Amino acid sequence: MVSFKINSEEVSYEGDADTPLLWVIRDHLRLTGTKFGCGVGQCGACTVHVDGAAQRSCVMPVSAIDGRDITTIEGLAPSADELHPVQQAWLENDVPQCGYCQAGQIMAAVDFLKNNPSPSDEDINNGVTNICRCGTYVRIRKAIHRAAELSAGEES
Amino acid sequence: MQINADGSVVIGAKEPEIGQGLRTALPMMVAEELDVDWDKVSIRQMPLGIVKTADGFTWKYGGGQGVGGSTGLTSNWELMRQAGADARRQLIRAAAARLGVEESQCSTKPGAVVCPSTNSEIPYADLVVDAAALPMPEDTTPLKAVDDYRIIGTQRKTIDARDIVTGKTKYGVDTDQPHMHYAVIARAPVLNAKVASFDDTAAREVDGVLDVFRIDGPSPGEPYVILASGVAVVATSTWAAMKGRAALDIDWEESPNATDSSERFWQENVEMLKDAGQVVLDDGDFDAAIASAEATVTHQYRVPFVSHSPLEPQNCYAYVKADECHIIAPTQMPSGASRAAAAVTGLPRENIRVDMTRVGGGFGRRLTNDYVAEAAMISMKTGWPIKLQWSREDDIKNDFYRPGGLHEMHAGVDNDGKVIAWAQRLASGSKYYRRPNMPDENLFGAELYIDDFPRRIVDNIRMEYFHNAIGLPRGSWRAPAHTANAFVIQSFIDEIAHETGQDPLQLRLDLLGESRDLEYSGHGGPVFNPGRLATLIKFVAERIGYGKDLPEGRGIGIATHFTFGGYAAHAMEVTVVDGKLTIERIVAAIDCGLAVHPNAVDAQLQGGTIDGLSTALGLEITVKDGQVQQSNFHDYPLARIAMVPSLFETHIMPFDDVPTGVGEMGIPSAAPALTNAIFAATGQRIRSLPIADQLS
Ligand code: FES
Ligand code: FES
Repeated sequence: MVSFKINSEEVSYEGDADTPLLWVIRDHLRLTGTKFGCGVGQCGACTVHVDGAAQRSCVMPVSAIDGRDITTIEGLAPSADELHPVQQAWLENDVPQCGYCQAGQIMAAVDFLKNNPSPSDEDINNGVTNICRCGTYVRIRKAIHRAAELSAGEES
Repeated sequence: MQINADGSVVIGAKEPEIGQGLRTALPMMVAEELDVDWDKVSIRQMPLGIVKTADGFTWKYGGGQGVGGSTGLTSNWELMRQAGADARRQLIRAAAARLGVEESQCSTKPGAVVCPSTNSEIPYADLVVDAAALPMPEDTTPLKAVDDYRIIGTQRKTIDARDIVTGKTKYGVDTDQPHMHYAVIARAPVLNAKVASFDDTAAREVDGVLDVFRIDGPSPGEPYVILASGVAVVATSTWAAMKGRAALDIDWEESPNATDSSERFWQENVEMLKDAGQVVLDDGDFDAAIASAEATVTHQYRVPFVSHSPLEPQNCYAYVKADECHIIAPTQMPSGASRAAAAVTGLPRENIRVDMTRVGGGFGRRLTNDYVAEAAMISMKTGWPIKLQWSREDDIKNDFYRPGGLHEMHAGVDNDGKVIAWAQRLASGSKYYRRPNMPDENLFGAELYIDDFPRRIVDNIRMEYFHNAIGLPRGSWRAPAHTANAFVIQSFIDEIAHETGQDPLQLRLDLLGESRDLEYSGHGGPVFNPGRLATLIKFVAERIGYGKDLPEGRGIGIATHFTFGGYAAHAMEVTVVDGKLTIERIVAAIDCGLAVHPNAVDAQLQGGTIDGLSTALGLEITVKDGQVQQSNFHDYPLARIAMVPSLFETHIMPFDDVPTGVGEMGIPSAAPALTNAIFAATGQRIRSLPIADQLS
């Protein structure tokens, strides 16, 4: 049995230890905000935070997360009325088209900004590798810059 | 629509939302005419609404449902505004009756009927019951004038974006129904191969696997309901089904397509073009004109097969019972989903409920409901509610690909530099292949749009088609043949200009000429105004500084194209250093008549441009031994953010009061603008897509 925390709740999983975390989150815990896009770690649609760091959950066996702390898109906002600055920036720039990649984009951007609080475009090019099939990259770039601003404002 | 006691308004979204923004744009039209504040509006996705009539079916929500060909907005333009106007009129009439005044003495302000003569104001919510009971007036309610718009044409955000960024939005993959099981299918790796036999012993030993059985696909050359034969695995979770599938041991029958290969396809195209093909257009006298030309230009261009790869892999929930069926699917064509389920189950269509989720990308892939038919087959066989899930590999290997083709272009130019003869000869796999009742002589129609530029501009023009019957399935890929033809035509115009000592922009402007309507019989007609393209290309060229001095290795390219009623142009500036390409700057412009929802127009222009570039840079589907060679994003490398330059501007150029669609217009001219820029930077002409490593 594997036990871990997800969005601050203690949960456990008794099935196959090699089940990718993605499918435990989606089918077993029924948190469907985390998406399946490729299953091989290429697209980032399945990005979640494991102990605060972005991970592609489709290539992470559930056995590897015993005792760890997972955050999914559903647990990112501080409360129901208040969004995380990255979500806020995404809304301000109206990033989503089909929207399917966006939970993963947001989870990836949150971790990226933690390590690059005021990124250049070059930093973004090197550090943000999630795929958006709809091509929302122009707005993703803007939203990342805006989120950096919002977060800086918060701290000051 | 529903008006609530608190004044909020819920508007039914009858069309599928695939990312094009219709869930926002259509309610904007209703809210405009209804006269309510936009922040009071929310939407609810409607299911497929069909009603049985004596001689077939009719639409329940006043118009068709389904999105393709950039028609979602235009086909609803009258309907949605009229619905809002009719509802407002009934509210006014209800108020007038209550106040004992003439209808003409009442008007509205957002959310309320006002009657200045009695100094009254009645909120819509108080009038709804009365208004709903009134018969409709006999005369048609007039619509607002464009100048009076408060919502249409203004900047509005995606209506359900908050649900998306918080992970609440449900896509097809997220469907969760009582007692639902999970299914996957192991499909034939070779095109059109059938299952000879299979051993499911190991698969059935996988924890959670409930059932394993054969799925019969179509015979080679026959129309499709589903794409491939295979073996279905049903389990208690997606992962168990996938594990079960991996444990299957399947023997496949030899397929007639087992020797199909891209190599042979391209060789055959070269050979075909040496003969005479089917002449599908022959204006004037091409032979005489080319013989009299001062200079002639001839080149061949190759456009590959590509896959749609929407980010949400195909999936479908189906629950088939004895006399009814429930489908929940991400689809562009819910009526097609209903037909697919009816074909599989034999149930009457009025007993099939089709619910639509938000769709994780369409691009034309989900015009075809093969995955709905598969899900219905599995539910019917097991009697269980099931959710069929495709993997990315399933999706890339089992697609209705954009057809590949080899284009041979000829032009004759007189001594004034005027193009007097033009020919396009195309050998390709037609998208119409395997369509029911499709005569061979009509196959060209999906690949050559005879009224495209430069028809009716160049007097002597010929088009010839050669069909290559490769076994790869083909379908509509966002802006279908326009993506191929714009690349070919806009590259060739550049080449004509360079080879006859003319400026590529000026040559285009000379050809396009003044604003005027030319007859256009294809989709997007009835007219094509080349002057609108001229305005756009001049604009993007000026914006980017076309003609300015550039350092070595840097170049600017331009292109423009008319797609399904809308007009777009691109200018790009690139650097190529030691074979490494950098896109420095993009200027894109669109003329969609009246931009109803400008925020989405801008998004579609950005996304379309990026789609066009991503595809041109690196994407191709190839076949060897009857098998698709690509499988996932490592060998089908969609562009990531690093490809997109920081300098990327989009412009919406207004034209008139008539909106056109916008979902496909941003793609076609993107690729040729890029390859024309590469030529300007390096002198290297890209005549074969994708660009891949041709520059190194
Ligand atoms: S689904 Fe995990 S990276 Fe694509
Ligand atoms: S918004 Fe559709 S994949 Fe990114």
